[in-house]
Amino acid sequence: MLEADKTIPGQDNVALIDLMSAIAETRDREAFARLFDHFAPRVKAYMRRLGAEPAAAEDLVQDVMLTVWRRAGQFDPTKAGVATWIFTIARNRRIDIIRHERRPAPDPNDPALVPNREPEADAAVEQNQHGTRLRSAVAELPEEQARLLELAYFEDKSHSVIAGELGLPLGTVKSRIRLAMDKLRIQLAELK
Amino acid sequence: MMPRFHAQDEHLMDYAAGSLAEPIAVLVATHLALCPACRARVEAFEAVGGALLEKLGTEAIDRSLRDSVLAKLDETDSECAPPPSVRKPAPIDLRVPEPLRGYLGGGLDTLAWKARGPVDEVRILREHAGVTSRLLRIKAGTPMPHHTHDGNELTLVLTGGFTDRGDHFLRGDVAAADSSVDHCPAADPGEDCYCFAVNDAPLRLTGPIGRLLNPFLRI
Repeated sequence: MLEADKTIPGQDNVALIDLMSAIAETRDREAFARLFDHFAPRVKAYMRRLGAEPAAAEDLVQDVMLTVWRRAGQFDPTKAGVATWIFTIARNRRIDIIRHERRPAPDPNDPALVPNREPEADAAVEQNQHGTRLRSAVAELPEEQARLLELAYFEDKSHSVIAGELGLPLGTVKSRIRLAMDKLRIQLAELK
Repeated sequence: MMPRFHAQDEHLMDYAAGSLAEPIAVLVATHLALCPACRARVEAFEAVGGALLEKLGTEAIDRSLRDSVLAKLDETDSECAPPPSVRKPAPIDLRVPEPLRGYLGGGLDTLAWKARGPVDEVRILREHAGVTSRLLRIKAGTPMPHHTHDGNELTLVLTGGFTDRGDHFLRGDVAAADSSVDHCPAADPGEDCYCFAVNDAPLRLTGPIGRLLNPFLRI
């Protein structure tokens, strides 16, 4: 396996990217086992948080982690961090299996799709720094804002449902979430 | 051309989190196909999801689950080689981007349009109670009847354009209206305007004649 580049901040993420490459390129089972040990308990917590019973949550963990193994070749470190990529797989499997709905998404091969303007240089390095900074920025959010984000991401609640349950006007929920996103975006904007 | 009127952050975040109802997710995702800027926003919101997943904490995984997943790697490889993606040779209607196209079962011209006053419509995604999803065809140069809604209305323009309360909406643009809005969007002259609209509560006609028609016209 590659040695993590010590000049890039966010070594955790770099180590995870190395595991992903080993899985994609050499079908490295040991690398997969290490990735499993890191993410399976988190994916289980995610599914439990979203209301899955323990047995169903474990089925979903298995489903998600096998999808990771199968699609490892599609992981693109210039597009997203490993945690982000696995989050999107877990989210989609949950919608499919628990909500029994399709997850509509644009088709990148659709001739009707309007392509991105320019590919970004050094996107992988940027993505790494981005992921690391984003994690620390999320960790530093005030409790009230962090709680709202958790409701949005982990309780299957749209903004309007959150507003109803907290007895807050929708505008207040939106502006608190906007505040949180501004805090996160400040961290991202520095990279530009 | 890039859209000028974008999906709101609220919807982009809910889409990234996976908490939007399917019909609204279809509208947002179809806007994304036409809007690289909003695709980048969704990627940022997904990165927030990744960061939250790392922060969420863990739940213990049984040794037996770990063993069972590791034992399945080989069979997963053999049974699930990704199928080569074969483009359907049938002509596709490029006016409708994916994922909306996949929900139609045909091009815009092949749909069973039903006349509703000056507007033709096709209902889709009917299995979703409480949400009305419709393709609309507004005849060139025609205003829609004055109406308001109890809930929210999102409209994505597919072709042509319309003007609503001083704003001009074209392909890829998203128009949002809530119960405070009483409006009569009007299609541009020269070309029929095709849109995809999602309402989370019924419309109410508010014009003098429209009010009388309300009980009969479930548009």
